[in-house]
Amino acid sequence: MAQYSDVVMEHFTNPRNVGEIEDADGVGEVGNPVCGDMMTFYVKVGEDGRLEDVKFKTFGCGAAIAVSSMVSEMAKGKTVEEALKITRDDVARELGGLPKQKMHCSNLGADALHLAIEDYLKRKGKS
Amino acid sequence: MREVYLDNYAATPMLPEAREAMLPFLGERFGNPSSLHSRGDAAREAVEEAREKVAALLGAEPEEIVFTSSGTEANNMAVKGIAAGSRRKGRHIVLSSIEHFSVLHAARSLEKQGYELTLVPVDANGAIDLGELEAAIGDYTVLVSVMAANGEIGTIQPIAEASRIAAEKDVPFHTDAVAAAGTLPLDVKELGVSALSISSDLIYGPQGVGALWVKRGLRVIPLLDGGVQEGGRRGGTENVAGIVGMGAAAEVAKRDMAERSRRLSALRDALISALPGRIEHLYLTGHPENRLAWNASFAVEFIEGEGMLLFLDQRGVAVSSGSACTSRALKGSHVLSACGIPAERAQGSILFSFGLQNTMEDVDYVLEVFPPIVERLRQMSPLYAKYLKERG
Repeated sequence: MAQYSDVVMEHFTNPRNVGEIEDADGVGEVGNPVCGDMMTFYVKVGEDGRLEDVKFKTFGCGAAIAVSSMVSEMAKGKTVEEALKITRDDVARELGGLPKQKMHCSNLGADALHLAIEDYLKRKGKS
Repeated sequence: MREVYLDNYAATPMLPEAREAMLPFLGERFGNPSSLHSRGDAAREAVEEAREKVAALLGAEPEEIVFTSSGTEANNMAVKGIAAGSRRKGRHIVLSSIEHFSVLHAARSLEKQGYELTLVPVDANGAIDLGELEAAIGDYTVLVSVMAANGEIGTIQPIAEASRIAAEKDVPFHTDAVAAAGTLPLDVKELGVSALSISSDLIYGPQGVGALWVKRGLRVIPLLDGGVQEGGRRGGTENVAGIVGMGAAAEVAKRDMAERSRRLSALRDALISALPGRIEHLYLTGHPENRLAWNASFAVEFIEGEGMLLFLDQRGVAVSSGSACTSRALKGSHVLSACGIPAERAQGSILFSFGLQNTMEDVDYVLEVFPPIVERLRQMSPLYAKYLKERG
């Protein structure tokens, strides 16, 4: 489909890190199926403060799936602080651009990741 | 890779008869039907011959046919032109709630100019409520417009009954027959309508041509002011080649209609009967019996239409979807919503629209490649995961 870059199509076709983490340290969910896109991110944080595993499940269009896959790849191995700095624009850039109309509704991956990390930080603060 | 084109509601492959008829008018037989010389005569005769063929498809008189640039223009002309023609009587328009955008948005545009609009609801199968239709028509109603059949969900409307209700109240009744033309008999006298729109590209003619039939005596104000082409009802030099192609396609449609419907409905029924056995949580949208011969439309729960469409495209299968993500306006289908389908389920909308080029092997191929695609997307879906957890 011509509206998507080759990178988007590649990530959509072979998404990385699809799934759930049973004993996740943090979970973040954004969007809702009524508006068309919904993403759930799971993070596992190592003792060194790095994201040793990131997984996601996504309901949505090709862009939403590619965004989720790209965010999971970008975040994996990064420290919590570094991962919190990943922006929507970074993700779109790494994907070789996204169609204008998909920039807002489908580009929610970074938000879901941040929510998962915030969930982790909250849980850590309590323990 | 095998190519299985199942998006015939978007575009149909042109009939060889239409293409052959057009070719001379794209070359040596150029001419303007309004010119008084021989070349003009030849072009005019070709347009008039096409007009006769389109009229014959509708059981109408040739002089009642106005050629337009599309089904959209025909619908705009019907809604705006008929409303403008009876402005003295009133400013109220009645539509079904599942009309095509070219009817609905034309009426919305009138609404901004002070017209009042009533949308008549449909049931879960997309069939119009005739009681509500009758109740909606008032003293100041100047137009009722109900589509003959809906292309997105396939539902065929009881047009003869609906038009009778309008006729009893002396209100013009327009029907958008763009999706219905070619597989559904459309005799304007039997239907009892006052105006009817069709498009060339859904009857295997060229794109960029349509026609509006208007019953003699009904006043329609032109959309396009200009010369006195089309009996003074539409200015602008005619699209001669396109009109000739549409005429040829209309002639074949009339000749082959019964056979065409039989063939297409066999393909449709094969898919509709086999798919639910291979995909759980799959819902047929539209009417189970009263539906267009070529339409097999579904909602697939827990996943979204664009993903299905893209994966099917990778396997050579072309389809469309009414999900919000696949629409350029990013809005879910108003048709599915009017049928009471929850927004979440409507996101999984998928339409297989069959055409004359399709075969039973195409159905088998879809049955083979589509279920694994649904499974793959469901494995990624947080909604499906939630469903599985809740089910235990």
